[in-house]
Amino acid sequence: MKDIARNPAAIATFVLFVVIALVPIVAPLIGYGFYVNVFARIMIWSIAAVGLNLIMGYGGMVSFGHAAYLGIGGYTFGILSYHGIDNGFIQWPLALAISAVVAFVFGAVSLRTRGVYFIMITLAFAQMVFFLGASLDQYGSNDGLIIYNRSTFDVGGVGPNLGDRVFFYYLLLALLLLVIFICWRIVNSRFGMVLRGTKSNETRVHAIGIPAYRYRLVAFVISGVIVGLAGILMANLEKFISPDMMNWPRSGELIFMVVLGGMGTLFGPVWGALAFLLLAEILSSFTEHWHLIFGPLLILVVLFGRGGVLGFVERLNPRHA
Amino acid sequence: MTTAFVLEQALNGFQLGVLLFLLAAGLTLVFGIMDLVNLAHGSLYMVGAFFAATFTLALDSFFIGVLLAIPATLIVGLVVEVVALRTLYARDHLDQVLATFGLILFFNELVRVVWGPAGLSVPLPAVLNGSVQLPLGITYSTYRLLIIAVGIAVAFGLYVLVSHTRIGMLIRAGASNRTMASALGVNVGLLFTLVFGIGAVLAGLAGMLIAPISQASIGMGEQILILAFVVIVIGGIGSIRGAFIAALLTGVIDTMGRAFLDEILLLFMPVQAAETAGPALSSMLIYILMAAILFFRPQGLFPPRARSA
Repeated sequence: MKDIARNPAAIATFVLFVVIALVPIVAPLIGYGFYVNVFARIMIWSIAAVGLNLIMGYGGMVSFGHAAYLGIGGYTFGILSYHGIDNGFIQWPLALAISAVVAFVFGAVSLRTRGVYFIMITLAFAQMVFFLGASLDQYGSNDGLIIYNRSTFDVGGVGPNLGDRVFFYYLLLALLLLVIFICWRIVNSRFGMVLRGTKSNETRVHAIGIPAYRYRLVAFVISGVIVGLAGILMANLEKFISPDMMNWPRSGELIFMVVLGGMGTLFGPVWGALAFLLLAEILSSFTEHWHLIFGPLLILVVLFGRGGVLGFVERLNPRHA
Repeated sequence: MTTAFVLEQALNGFQLGVLLFLLAAGLTLVFGIMDLVNLAHGSLYMVGAFFAATFTLALDSFFIGVLLAIPATLIVGLVVEVVALRTLYARDHLDQVLATFGLILFFNELVRVVWGPAGLSVPLPAVLNGSVQLPLGITYSTYRLLIIAVGIAVAFGLYVLVSHTRIGMLIRAGASNRTMASALGVNVGLLFTLVFGIGAVLAGLAGMLIAPISQASIGMGEQILILAFVVIVIGGIGSIRGAFIAALLTGVIDTMGRAFLDEILLLFMPVQAAETAGPALSSMLIYILMAAILFFRPQGLFPPRARSA
């Protein structure tokens, strides 16, 4: 504990989570009730970014196509809901299972390639899913589909309903913490050691007799499932799905959140999602053409912002300075 | 479905392929020589189209419009290279992807501010607006034929430039070993700028050529850029020959798939299923092709021989 108390990054992250937990209580009182939704969105993107960070930050796999799993999670939920199946116990496992299967197939092919090829093939696979979504005439094709009911978790008439805004918010918080916990366990297990090993030197991992490909593939599937979960949550929050949620700029934004927060750190993705979405929220309130500032700002972050937000906070620590 | 119709669709596929080649050639050169992933390549395509549209509308001549738009796009490309990309050569691919992603956001918004949110149509001169009678009963648009001709001419020009001139020799030297070329007295910085300029002009030219058919619009660069990525991945990154063959392959398969896939599916599927599966499958066709090729040849069809990591 003494160690944590002296670590600025840990303190900052702790404060952040306290703030997130207080938002639905405090924000409506001071007339900023709108921010409950903003923070719900931040948590959903955080979950997705944590999922991507698992392979990108710890496994060195830069996937430029993770928005596909947002779409797969969202569409599975949305399509089931469209056909009158609102039960979350059916919707969620099915959506996660489909995310896993798709991630397995895409990963199995993509992971045969390296570097730029990997970036581009994941991008192309995601575009494939995007075009598939855009051609589903029954489900709104390009215009998307409005969803009328959020998931219900009824057992015999009683049980939580995601229609309750506050319950949904704290469910998001719990899921975010759960996903971070799972990642922490994965990264520090033997599996995680191998994964990090393949990032720094895959040949050596091979040389000591570990089939690196399989480890990378399993990590890729887990990552896809986590992003699929974020997709379900996003479609539940917005009550809307459209191919745009899996269009390639979403994949780029996801990568940005991971890098912005601090790649290969547990809480970095949360900071990244927070910084990215708040910045977008604030800039867009000033001018309609906020991309003119946002774009160059992102370039500057890439060029000069080593280690992201957490890296910056870390440097405040006198021991490292 | 007549033979003439099939051949017309094949020509349309060729035309798309040629356009893809113009984009992919620049991408693959820039990657092969500078090891730079440039997502903003599509922005140059868009900027080229908007320049051509503006000059054509102002001067009432498509030819003069294109002649002026080429140097204008070149200048934009060189400014981008000097201001933003030069610092990225030494960075890893992740940084390059992110920074050029930022560039795309910037360019799309800039075009929106300068030219407004609606697209610009480009009128064709009367000479090109008709169609010509080809053998086998094909009637084909004169302008699309011109695009094909320009593309083939550019491909030939690039081949001569890269394989048979002194500059081409330096480009190849830079591609196979940058450090060694630099040690032998080649000004690598200048070479990079030159190559990027060539890539920018080719991308801009592709945008100018397509503008009369599908107008200049915001975001036009990204859709085709991803196709161009597919092309260079299939062809083998860094190989111009690979880009040419893969571009034609991609163009023809994509166009033919969109035109005929539902009819082919009808042969062994009920009407309803074929009408649903047809459009979905045809828009995914080239990605499936790419996945299949990469599964068997992870380095693409024509990987360049000597590449230092």
